[in-house]
Amino acid sequence: MSIDISQFHDVFFEESFEGLDAMESGLLNLNVGAADVDEINTIFRAAHSIKGGAGTFGFMGVSEFTHVMETMLDEMRNGQREVSVESTNLLLEAVDVLREMLTAVQQKQNTDDVRIADIRQKLEMMVADKLNSPTVDDTVMGEDQQAIDLETTETSNGSGWIIDFRPHHHLFQTGNDPVRMFRELESLGDLSIEMNDDELPAFADLEPEDSYLKWQLTLLGEIAESDVLEIFEWVEDDCDLVITPLDSNSVSVESQTIDDLDNTRLDSKNMASDIEGSALAEDAAPPLSESAENLSATVNNQATHQEAKANPAPAASIRVGTDKVDSLVNMVGELVITQSMLSQIGENFTPDMLPILIDGLAQLERNTREMQEGIMRIRMLPISFVFNRFPRLVHDMTDKMGKKVELKLTGEQTEIDKTVMEKIGDPLVHLVRNSLDHGLETPDIRLAAGKDETGTLLLKAFHQGGNIIIEIHDDGAGLNEDKILAKAIEKGLVNEGDALSPEKIHELVFLPGFSTAEVVTDVSGRGVGMDVVRKNINSLGGSVEVFSKRGEGSVFTIRLPLTLAIMDGQTIRVADESFIIPLISIIETVEVKAIDIKKVSGKGELFQLRDEYIPIIRLYSVFNLTPKITELEDGLLVIVEGDGQKMALFIDDLLGQQQVVIKSLETNYRKVIGISGATILGDGRVALILDISGVMALYRDPSLTQITLDNDRAA
Amino acid sequence: MSELPTHNEPLDLLEQEQDGSEQYLTFLLDDEEYGVEILRVQEIKGWDKVTHIPNSPHYLCGVLNLRGTIVPVVDLRLRFGMPARAYISTTVVVVLKVNGPRQRTVAIVVDGVSDAHNILPENIKPAPDFGSSIDTDFISGLVSIEDNMMIILNIDSLLSVEALG
Repeated sequence: MSIDISQFHDVFFEESFEGLDAMESGLLNLNVGAADVDEINTIFRAAHSIKGGAGTFGFMGVSEFTHVMETMLDEMRNGQREVSVESTNLLLEAVDVLREMLTAVQQKQNTDDVRIADIRQKLEMMVADKLNSPTVDDTVMGEDQQAIDLETTETSNGSGWIIDFRPHHHLFQTGNDPVRMFRELESLGDLSIEMNDDELPAFADLEPEDSYLKWQLTLLGEIAESDVLEIFEWVEDDCDLVITPLDSNSVSVESQTIDDLDNTRLDSKNMASDIEGSALAEDAAPPLSESAENLSATVNNQATHQEAKANPAPAASIRVGTDKVDSLVNMVGELVITQSMLSQIGENFTPDMLPILIDGLAQLERNTREMQEGIMRIRMLPISFVFNRFPRLVHDMTDKMGKKVELKLTGEQTEIDKTVMEKIGDPLVHLVRNSLDHGLETPDIRLAAGKDETGTLLLKAFHQGGNIIIEIHDDGAGLNEDKILAKAIEKGLVNEGDALSPEKIHELVFLPGFSTAEVVTDVSGRGVGMDVVRKNINSLGGSVEVFSKRGEGSVFTIRLPLTLAIMDGQTIRVADESFIIPLISIIETVEVKAIDIKKVSGKGELFQLRDEYIPIIRLYSVFNLTPKITELEDGLLVIVEGDGQKMALFIDDLLGQQQVVIKSLETNYRKVIGISGATILGDGRVALILDISGVMALYRDPSLTQITLDNDRAA
Repeated sequence: MSELPTHNEPLDLLEQEQDGSEQYLTFLLDDEEYGVEILRVQEIKGWDKVTHIPNSPHYLCGVLNLRGTIVPVVDLRLRFGMPARAYISTTVVVVLKVNGPRQRTVAIVVDGVSDAHNILPENIKPAPDFGSSIDTDFISGLVSIEDNMMIILNIDSLLSVEALG
């Protein structure tokens, strides 16, 4: 029976992308020079799982590429290679390439073969570089090192290995048996074993389940280090393992022979390595261009092979923690109990059971509310999913701009709705880039201003009420009010001589087409940013504000609803119909006195609210309803804000505030101007949710409704 | 006046498959009999108050809550330009599945559901051309059942997104 392994592809991709994220954050955490072994192990393991998975599913391009990365990580792990800035950056690039490759394979697209080959070549060069250094004189390390194939570097140590294997005491408890590993090793080559029982305690003190022995193994033969490591793979965390190559001089003859075979490539370099007795046989490898071609061919084959199957876009899925599911199961259990209790009461109900019934109903209400919260939590993910991309971004950008910035993240575990999170990523990236580019200064300017050379960028997320707040702090130069004002006047956004408060000036940066950066960089400064940021955030029902102080830095505060599916609404009544106004758009509600109403050319009505004149929209008129109340003094005015403009909606009455679940009208009907959706009220009836900007559009241009009325007539 | 569906003659599904006929649900508007494919009918329910949609065509009564889904309700009498009739408890709402760019659920208000019939495709006659007086786009065909004529509706065009204004 054959198993269709393609059903596991989704899981593989999901895990691989998670692995890549782990590798990326691990790499960014590595301290150059003194790297934490655990961290390297984490990175190594992620790479190893991707390699294994890719091999299983036949994604050979991915598997081979990861193999090269793995080799390098392995050397770092064993302390054979120092963790340098170059190697970390190269590995980061490799992570990018790998991510692209996986995405391409997932979406059955072609890969960027040139880039893959390029990075792979660099990796291979670096791997070979290290193997050279201990044995070969520096003069050999010429620039002509392209032709290095990994297979050859690996097997290059033809003579064998000395393996120092010191298991920890608990080795047996993990189910590992050294005897079996030694047998495996024996199958690779000529094995001699020396046992060390120094640590063996007196018989009375002996713990029968512990391991006290140490071994030194000598393995002779042409064996790749990775093959040896593979045997110890399962015990690497439970032992001290040192694998050293046997004296390499003994293999010089062999490497020479290989070099001789490749007559055409005999050059001074080979001579040098011969003389030095190098164990390296890498020059015998096929030229790299060829191996790169092979690689791209594999990837291409793979891509074309899978294109034939024409898969739809992968379905969105969420990984939910079992604790969340467990708590839901519990709640359902309680709900069922409450339900059976209530139906028991209902079966033979007598008036004196009323208190029990009321209790039961209260319990039902509590259960339902808990269920609702529990189910909402399923859609919630920690914001670290978004934050995690910033260490990399900051790392890359500060490198490029010659700035020194320390990134601090707090509140990464703050949970936010998945949909909101997907949409907040880009605006956040933009704000962070802005802070890095415009906010934080270069080290010399910072020093001159008496600040620490290293700037700080703080990303902070926390809950406040029903909202999530994300703050972006930087201790940079702050917004330059003079420059912003000058620019605004130049663009005609502000009149010269207008006295604006600093806050008002800061607000200007959110206007379209605004940028004060002296130089347009590829990072920011084209002025197509902040207005889009604000628009995107507003479309999520959120808001963004800036607070800044010259010379001390700026804070951008983003306020977002926890979820898009539920919002706070104010129920209102207009001409027998109930509507819901999103609470976030309401500024205040007022009763009107005739004296506050001003007329413009006998038709347009304005309401004077303190020092502002606000146009009055009669909701019954924009919605063509038969009014019950037409005198402004008999009803109420709800002052709302949308698209940065205030309007007063004339309504009959306020009914109540409640959380409403947003339902789409478009699923079965179509978009209605002035209505953003619908919800179901407690009595099961449908109430429509007002779209404030749509209502304003209707008010300005009543002909928008004409389309529908025309249809009506035609029918 | 309105009649609830009668199921006195249970329909043999096997027989239906064998002779290639299709089943239609018929309903009444005044004394005219209309039919829709029974597989398109999601459910039949009594009249309940709906929520009016502003600036919508007069034949769109509004939307109702069908177990958490918002479903538009079309009054078929008004859609066909017949005089309105007050909605009473026996007024019937037929919830239909409408195909289009995407499948939608739309409800129609009719005077009453009358029967279900097995109809062979070859017995369906094309709708005659009424010229401009009657739009025949939403009529798939006509069938005689005993002495009566049944009008088979093309609900996909009758209740398309565009037709709902």
